[in-house]
Amino acid sequence: MTAHLAAEAHAVTAAASGAIHSYAWLLIAFPLLGAAVLLLGGRRTNVWGHWLAVAMPLASFVWAVLALIQLLGYAPEERSRSVEVYQWISVGSFEANVNLLLDPLSISFVLLITGVGSLIHIYSVGYMAHDPGRRRFFAYLNLFIAAMLVLVLADNFALLFLGWEGVGLASYLLIGFWQYKSSAAVAAKKAFLINRVGDVGLLIAIMLMFTTFGTVAFGPVFNAVGGAGQGVLTAIGLLLLLGACGKSAQLPLQAWLLDAMEGPTPVSALIHAATMVTAGVYLIVRAGPVFEAAPTAQLVVTIVGAATLLAGAIIGCAKDDIKKALAGSTMSQIGYMTLAAGLGPIGYAAAIAHLVTHGFFKAGLFLGAGSVMHGMNDEVDMRKFGALRTAMPITFATFGLGYLAIIGFPFLSGWWTKEGIIEAAFASGGTAGQILGWAALVGAGLTAFYMSRVMFMTFFGEKRWDDGVHPHESPASMTVPMLVLAVGSVGLGAVLVFGYQFALFLEPVVGAPEHHEFSLTHMVTSWTSLTALGFMIVGVAVAWLYYGRATVPRTAPKGNLVTVAARNELYGNAINEGLFMRPGQVLTANTTTFDTKVVDGLVNGVARLVRESSTGLRRMQTGFARTYALTMLFGATLVVATLVVRI
Amino acid sequence: MTIPWLTLAIAIPALGALGVAVTPRLAAEAVKRATLAVTLLTLAVVAVLAVNFDPSGARFQFTETYPWIPRFGVHYAVGIDGIALVLIALSALLVPLVVLAAWREFEVSDPAADPAGAAQSARDIRGYFALILVLEAMMIGVFAATDVFLFYVFFEAMLIPVYFMIGRYGRGPAAQRRQAAVKFLLYSLLGGLLMLVAVIGVYSFSAAAGQGTFLWSDLVGAEGLLAGLDPTASRWLFLGFFVAFAIKAPMWPVHTWLAPAAGSARPGTAVLLVGVLDKVGTFGMLRYCLELFPGAATWFVWPVVVLSLISIIYGAIVAVGQSDMLRLIAFTSVSHFGFITLGIFAMTSQGQSGATLYMVNHGFSTGALFLIVGFLVARNGSAAIADYGGVQKVAPLLGGTFLIAGLSSLALPGLSPFVSEFLVFLGTFAFNPVPAIIATAGVVLAALYILWMYQRTMTGPTPERVSGLRDLSGREMWAVGPLIALIILFGCYPQPLLDVINPAVGHTMQQVGVTDPAPAIGDQVAESQEGASE
Repeated sequence: MTAHLAAEAHAVTAAASGAIHSYAWLLIAFPLLGAAVLLLGGRRTNVWGHWLAVAMPLASFVWAVLALIQLLGYAPEERSRSVEVYQWISVGSFEANVNLLLDPLSISFVLLITGVGSLIHIYSVGYMAHDPGRRRFFAYLNLFIAAMLVLVLADNFALLFLGWEGVGLASYLLIGFWQYKSSAAVAAKKAFLINRVGDVGLLIAIMLMFTTFGTVAFGPVFNAVGGAGQGVLTAIGLLLLLGACGKSAQLPLQAWLLDAMEGPTPVSALIHAATMVTAGVYLIVRAGPVFEAAPTAQLVVTIVGAATLLAGAIIGCAKDDIKKALAGSTMSQIGYMTLAAGLGPIGYAAAIAHLVTHGFFKAGLFLGAGSVMHGMNDEVDMRKFGALRTAMPITFATFGLGYLAIIGFPFLSGWWTKEGIIEAAFASGGTAGQILGWAALVGAGLTAFYMSRVMFMTFFGEKRWDDGVHPHESPASMTVPMLVLAVGSVGLGAVLVFGYQFALFLEPVVGAPEHHEFSLTHMVTSWTSLTALGFMIVGVAVAWLYYGRATVPRTAPKGNLVTVAARNELYGNAINEGLFMRPGQVLTANTTTFDTKVVDGLVNGVARLVRESSTGLRRMQTGFARTYALTMLFGATLVVATLVVRI
Repeated sequence: MTIPWLTLAIAIPALGALGVAVTPRLAAEAVKRATLAVTLLTLAVVAVLAVNFDPSGARFQFTETYPWIPRFGVHYAVGIDGIALVLIALSALLVPLVVLAAWREFEVSDPAADPAGAAQSARDIRGYFALILVLEAMMIGVFAATDVFLFYVFFEAMLIPVYFMIGRYGRGPAAQRRQAAVKFLLYSLLGGLLMLVAVIGVYSFSAAAGQGTFLWSDLVGAEGLLAGLDPTASRWLFLGFFVAFAIKAPMWPVHTWLAPAAGSARPGTAVLLVGVLDKVGTFGMLRYCLELFPGAATWFVWPVVVLSLISIIYGAIVAVGQSDMLRLIAFTSVSHFGFITLGIFAMTSQGQSGATLYMVNHGFSTGALFLIVGFLVARNGSAAIADYGGVQKVAPLLGGTFLIAGLSSLALPGLSPFVSEFLVFLGTFAFNPVPAIIATAGVVLAALYILWMYQRTMTGPTPERVSGLRDLSGREMWAVGPLIALIILFGCYPQPLLDVINPAVGHTMQQVGVTDPAPAIGDQVAESQEGASE
């Protein structure tokens, strides 16, 4: 039934009207232009380039707000507008065009990307002020915004794939931004490679859609889902999930995200926390009609989500590097979203709502971490922090609000949206629902623990600073974006969830779960809410015992087996190395030897045989080049002569 | 009177070569300028062809047919369809860029102190640039020929300039490059010999069918002179052509001439060798193997698909294992040509249009890679990966263009090679999902060989010997910039090329007698779309 709802929603996609919607491609064009000007303009743009780069996503944001207003002016079922830009690829019956789809789902992402993106651009003006590569940095950031907008605005899977790999490129360039550091260059390549494995899944899914439905455009594919076989739909779903796992750092393709923290911190905030890594969730929700018709694929989605939410949280508990602790947290939070997205229509709105609030508080947390690093000579080891709340009061306050939001402190953003996921998990029913729900609850406790650990180690306790470190508050260009994000961390959840506003807004795209009246009393007093609160309090309390009350040693203690495993990211890298890298190296070495020794050796052997068996040929081999030319001339004459004689 | 544009496009570089070679006491600088002027004039003529080509018109346009050896039905017959047009355009575009890139080759550091060296340098420059022009004439000729014998003549004659460009004017130790040149020649001669037998076979069968001719248009089709060919003979003739083309392409296992040839060639030569000459192989498969012997071609689909898959994966794995950049790029081409042959023999419109577009895009991306590695070699004298590191920091333009060219080689969406690889995948999957899925291994491996090479040469700390490296000069930017621009342009907007290619592929498929498979539930999609529009 829900599949039908979604299908109907697509069936009424209408052509865009009005200048704002008709020129929606400007959303993408602005940041793309920014990137082009900065990259092609060279040093001439050094002085003002970063301000242009800030202005471009801001322009897109303003345009997106106007587009949203126009969209809200339509009746809910008419809020799906297509913008045809140009014909991209057309061969035989295959067609993939640069056409955009404006609907509640895509516009939500556009606003998140350009809104948080603009703030992070502003922050970067201060953060990257003294970096010699600042212009290149801003060019890449603009490029990222453009690619991410292509990803979410595309009205077909081929164009989505362009954005998909485009953000992968931006991620590669920005992780490796300080590429004179070998570690950064290696991390960038690793991220691209693991993502490519996921991308292959998406690529095969696209091929399968083309041969099944004869099209790769969203509307026609989703409308035709009912006619396809269960096996094909399950295959498409699992392949899309593989793509989502790569981009969103979900198990088993998670190993790149922690290394990606080699990139400058604004990049970690924008790309590896708030936007790009959530693209997998977008893909699953967007392809909802396919997943809803393939329950097996949906089940796998929820399993991946639940496993990753726990794994990420466990990793986050043991990392002393503040950015890596936050990266583990990102994995975990996206695990929540993936889990919810796998539940179908009852989870979609919850997934996207959490995605949006997470975009705010996680970006805020990362920018806070960046601010701390800025004041601490780029130190990332939390064991060398401590007592920073007085030295950096604004950072402390904004980081603190983000912290309260993510652990699900009542009435802050994270509380509203995480509660939606937990409730949806239990409501999905059956044993699976129970397991998923409890995983989400345990995750909430772990979240409270690792985030409190970060909080206590960084801002409380005594100073454990290195000599010569003089922490100071960051400039306004950095603190203002942090303040704005903190406001979102506090209030956005209520705005979205209260009265199911956001869910109702998304309903034409993602279908409607059965509604019961929105009730704040229910939200506060439901057993899931109270249990989550209990888990949270336990998590905070345990963290306080170990990292608040106790003294934090400057060097990490040896730790038990679980801690060591978590520090080693649950051996994800070791598994990849053992399964793929080392066998791959052996294969490469052997194949290369085989090529020179056997394949080429055979050819050389034949040549030698010929040479040695014929003295005449030997004379030719030792001769000069002109001998060969003469030989060929002779051969050609022979050809003509043969022809003459034969006929 | 109509102007024989195609003949002009062949004659201009040929005459230019003659002029450069025989004009006495021509200074080295004048030789270069004259060569560049000739290649630009040729490019202008080809531009006229491209502008006046009507994609919806007759299959072959700008046709000229004159009897050459009437007794054997040999004609000087030229004409171009969309496939030939884009390949001729690619050739005409690459040659001036190669000339620009080769501007400083053979120079001696101090002519005054070394008069003998200077004289030798002048002779080398004259010889090399004249050979480039000779090669250009032949490349255009081979794609333009519509007479099987004329095609064969161009096909074989191309060996001569390339042989000298590697053996006589190559880089590295003389013994090594001579060996590479000989290997190239022996391989090619072997292929040429087999093809010659097949060419003569075609003639005798046409003679048996009533009229001995080499004219392509008289041979093909249900009404053509080869229509009555029995299947066994058809398969043997197919193989004669195919082996020659597979060697040229190069396809596994007859690829081993490519890496030494590319490693010993000057980078400009490598661009033409891999960027254009190898395409003659895949072009020949489409035009000759498929259309002259449609029954045999469909019979051989699976063996060729398997060889293509081996080429894709094997080429990529061996590329990962290379320590020399020129050889590495050569092996990536083995992998890329696997995609091209896969697309051709998938026998679907997406596969064949994708394969044709792949030929063009591969010329751009691999051409750019060879040129940029050439600039590195010109600076440091080495193409070994281990001799570099951290180049991006000291030479950002060089590093940046290298990265874009590399990303295009790994088929990043937004850059032109993606479109062709994507189409080959779609077309292959429509033919059969299994080979398409196996081929995706090439997608991951491509990311590995390109980004690992980039990581080792361009990133990390900058070693002492690299720290003084100059960034790209204006001339070098002019050589590589147009390729980068086209890679981006045709990545975002490939349709103008596809509009030219699609009708020609349609003709080819019609000759072979194959059609695109229908989607599994396409009818329902069409119905629901109609329902939606009502």
